[in-house]
Order: sequence, then C-alpha cells, then structure tokens
Amino acid sequence: MRRALAVLPVWAWLVGFVALPAVLIAVMAVSISADSVPPFRLGLSFEALAAVFSDPYYRDGFLFSLRVAALSAAACLVLGYPMALAIARSAPRHRRLLLLLVILPFWTGFLLRITAWIGILRDEGLLNAVLGALGLPAIRLLHTDAAMLIGMVYGYLPFMILPIEARLSAADRTLEQAAADLGASPARVFLSVTLPLSLPGVWAGLALVFVPVAGEYVIPDLLGGPGSLTIGRVIYEEFFQNNDWPQAAALALVLLLGLALPASLVRRR
Amino acid sequence: MAFARFIGIALRYGATPALQGLDLSTERGEIFCLLGASGSGKTTLLKIAGGFLAPDAGRVELDGQDITRLPPWQRPVNTMFQSYALFPHMTVAENIGFGLRRMGMRGAALKTRVAELLTLVRLDGFAERRIDTISGGQQQRVALARSLARRPKLLLLDEPFSALDRNLREETRTDLLRLLRDLDITSIIVTHDQEEALSSADRIGVLRAGRLEQVGTPAAVYEHPVNRYVAEFLGAATLLPGTVIGGADELVRIALNCGTEMVVRGNARAGERVLLGVRPENVVASATGSLVGVVETILYRGATQEITLRLPDGSVLRMARPVQRGALPPQPGARLHVAIPLDAGMLLRD
Repeated sequence: MRRALAVLPVWAWLVGFVALPAVLIAVMAVSISADSVPPFRLGLSFEALAAVFSDPYYRDGFLFSLRVAALSAAACLVLGYPMALAIARSAPRHRRLLLLLVILPFWTGFLLRITAWIGILRDEGLLNAVLGALGLPAIRLLHTDAAMLIGMVYGYLPFMILPIEARLSAADRTLEQAAADLGASPARVFLSVTLPLSLPGVWAGLALVFVPVAGEYVIPDLLGGPGSLTIGRVIYEEFFQNNDWPQAAALALVLLLGLALPASLVRRR
Repeated sequence: MAFARFIGIALRYGATPALQGLDLSTERGEIFCLLGASGSGKTTLLKIAGGFLAPDAGRVELDGQDITRLPPWQRPVNTMFQSYALFPHMTVAENIGFGLRRMGMRGAALKTRVAELLTLVRLDGFAERRIDTISGGQQQRVALARSLARRPKLLLLDEPFSALDRNLREETRTDLLRLLRDLDITSIIVTHDQEEALSSADRIGVLRAGRLEQVGTPAAVYEHPVNRYVAEFLGAATLLPGTVIGGADELVRIALNCGTEMVVRGNARAGERVLLGVRPENVVASATGSLVGVVETILYRGATQEITLRLPDGSVLRMARPVQRGALPPQPGARLHVAIPLDAGMLLRD
C-alpha cells in the first residue's frame, strides 16, 4: 500500500503528461479538419494518416529527419566517445570539474544558445572574422544543412558524453590491466575490453541523441536553410501555417510511434 | 641460480615511500611468498613485477633478461588478480583463450589448449559458461587457468584465496600448490595471511614499510625471527623484556624483568636491553620450571587450551598445550611453574 502511494506521483505524471497528450494527438489525427475553433471536429477519418505515407512531401521530411538524426548521432559518438574516455580517466577532482563543464550549457536557455550560433556562423560572424584574419576565404554556413548539423551536434553532445562517461568510469580498470597482462597492446585492450564494456552507454547515448534530433524543430528553423525541411518543421508548418491540426497530429503520431519502437528495443537489451 | 631478481627497487607515491631499495631473488621453480600487512608495499612490488608500475630506481631481471622497461603485454609474466579480473562479457573458454589469441593462436590449436587448461583446473564442460553463472571457487580456477595459459616464466598471485570461503580455501590451496609444483612454475604469492604463507611457500619474505625484514624458509622465519616485528607478525608470541648479564659460545644469559634468569641462544653484549620471545606452544608446564605465574584465563580451543599466566612483574605469558581428555585443567588463580626450553627461546630486539 505504502509502495503504491510512493509510485502514485510517477503514474500521475506519466498519465497526465505522456499518455493523455498522446491520446489527444491520436484523437486529433483521426479527426476531420474544419473551419472552426479549434480547427477540427471529432470523427474517424484515416485521411490524414494515409497522407503521411502517400504524400512524398511528408515522406521526404521523415527521411531527411532520419538522415539528420543518424548523422548527428554518429558525429556525437565520434566526438563524444574520446571526450567521455578522457573525462573518465582524469583524476577525480578534475573529473568532477569536467563533468560540470559538460552540463554547464544547460544553465542557459536552449533557444538562447542556438541563437548565439547565428552570431558565430553568419556571413559577417565570428567564424568568418577569424578566417579573414588568417587570410582564408569566408564560407557561407548560416542557413545551410551544415550549420543545422553543427547546431544539432552542439546541442546534443552532452547526451552522448554523459551515459558513456558513466559506463567508463564505473568499469573495473583491473580488467584492462588483466588484458594487458595477457599480452594485449593498448589498442587491443581498448577494442577487446574497454569498448565492449561501454557499449550499453553507447546505445543509451545514441538513443538520447537520435530521438530528440529526429523531432527537432528549433535548430533546423534557426540555423538550417529553407531546404532543411525536417519533419519537425513540417509538423510546425501544418499546425501554425496551414492550420491543419489533424494532419499535423497524424505526422506527430507517426513520428512518436516510429521513435518509440526502436527505443523500446534498445531498452530490452 | 637466481631466476627472478629485484635489484634496489625503490618507488614512492608522492612523498610516501612504498618500496625503499628492495633486493630479492627467487629460484627457478620456487614458490615464494611475500608476506606483509596492508601498506607494506607487497602489492606495489607485484605491480612492478607485472609491469604496471615503473620503479623510480632499480632493476627487475627474469631469467637473465632485464625486463624493467618492458610493458606488461611484452613480459613473460602473468598475474592472477585478487579480484580475478575475469572478463564479464566473455565465456570461460574466451577468458582462458584471451592470452593465447594474443600470441596468434587460433582454430583447433586454440581449442585444444583451452580444453587442456580446463581439464587442468577440473572445469571440463564449463567452456561455454558465462562468468556470472559460475561459483566463486570456479571463477578462481578460471583465473588460474587463464594466467597459466601462456606458460609464463613467472606467475604472480595476488591474495589468491582471499575471496574464498574459509572451508573452500584449504582445499583450493592444496590444489593450487600441487598444480604449481607439477608444472614447475616459478611463482610469487602475495598475502597478508601468515598461516597461508607458512603452509604454501618454499621461502617467505616478510615486508614491512617497503623493506624486507627477513627472507627464509617458513620454519626459519617462524622459529628464528630476526626481530620483534617478524616474531609477532608470524603467529602468536610472548615477548619478555630483560637485560643481558653475560654469556659465551652463542649463549646469552638474560635477567628478565619478572625476576627470573634465563639462557637463550644468540649473541648480545652484557647490559643490552633485549626481549626473550617464546611461542605459546613451546611453553611447558614443569614442576622444576623457573618461571612462576598465576593462571589468569583459560581458553578452550578444541585441540588445544590456551592459558595466560600473570608473571610477578605484571607481564603476561601465553602458553598453549594439547587438551588432555579427563585431566583437570589448572584453575584461574592457581600458581603454575613453567619452563622455556633452550631451543624455544628467541633472542629479539625491537
């Protein structure tokens, strides 16, 4: 009974802020668009859901987002793993400081930090000023896919570093000594012991980057170009510009299910 | 001929010296036990032998080769770690085969050698088991097989029995020692357990604060400790203070503080303050004994009874003797005459 009371807030939260909105979205997705407030009436129409799969515009949005998410997760892994390793291997007092630095950006608003990148990446921005001072030609970055990817990697790198670092620093270093003792060179020790034992952290990091990046709206909108049409931007468009709530809800529902399925598979490992 | 040699090994952690100019050599095929309390530097020395720590000064030689600067993965030395350090993401066979694969062994040859090692440690049929599905005793044997796989010239064993239950320890120790003898493997065992050291080793080295206090056979170290620390570290001992009043021909006469005069083997100047050490089992009750004490406590230990005697100067003498069935033990408060045979007395200094 006491246990049931203790988990009550958790369930209340999950029902109120996860299940209920999802149900609302599902209801909206099968509703019929109408010229009213709110701009739909209840019904059971699968038109919007069918459009998600038949309209190439939506399909391209999904594929583009999946590609961006995969690229971002891969880039975060390549950048984040060595950083996580360095942090996990540093002296305890340095480690605490470095971990603090990793999460320090969260002290500032996400939107603000992404906006700050505009100042860095724009044509007369910080980056081009540095390039100019070095005698190098300026590059166009702002409002391109590249700028969007930079923003994604910047924004989500901590979510890759933290779970990997946690795994690495919890690992028994004696195992690496044992491998070296048995004739493994440092590279072999890493491949045979360090890396395999950190894989759960890598899976967690990949999921924590891939899932939010796939649905990301702010970064593509602020740093991406007009062609950087991620599914997040498409959904925003349908909601706020076309006022087609059922269509937007259908897209959001498919995105939600599409991301929840692989995530639940990762959890079962 | 010295096979593994440590010459002038020194290492400090920051300002704390862990080893201070340590010299040690072990023979080929010998089982050498490094015995010391925690912090004595025994694990540090093991790490230097394994290549995990580089000494600030000194050399390590193995079979005539200087290996001081060789990294762990190039040394013909293998370690059985205290925690076993078995790879949790590999099977028993993969653990044992890990070192063999690093030597380039593959396929049938690898399989055969792993099977051979499994038989050696009586784990046939466990090849495909995962590490977390076998018992602690079995894990210990996997660790042993893994460290033997590469046929190391020197095997290092860090507290090999400390993680086992007491009743399993005895049996495992017997098995392990027989294996080491059969394979004629030169090994260094690190332990803080004096009983383990006495019963396992060909020779024992007693470490204290980074220095070797004494090296010798178990009997030599137990029966003829060079100082008070070694005497007390290797089993129970009573130490009676006194002053040397004379002696000749390797014999010393001591006036003990309790008022009795005793003769002990050794050399000392007249007037020197010394200790007369004696192991409890060597103190004998005897009507003609020159030491007289009052029985204070009697401890029944099954095979033996342990008696503490209060001597006239207030010091306490411990004695242990076999329990005699039917015989009445002395009662607390009774006066008891005891003697210390000439060969049982140990002349010690602080």
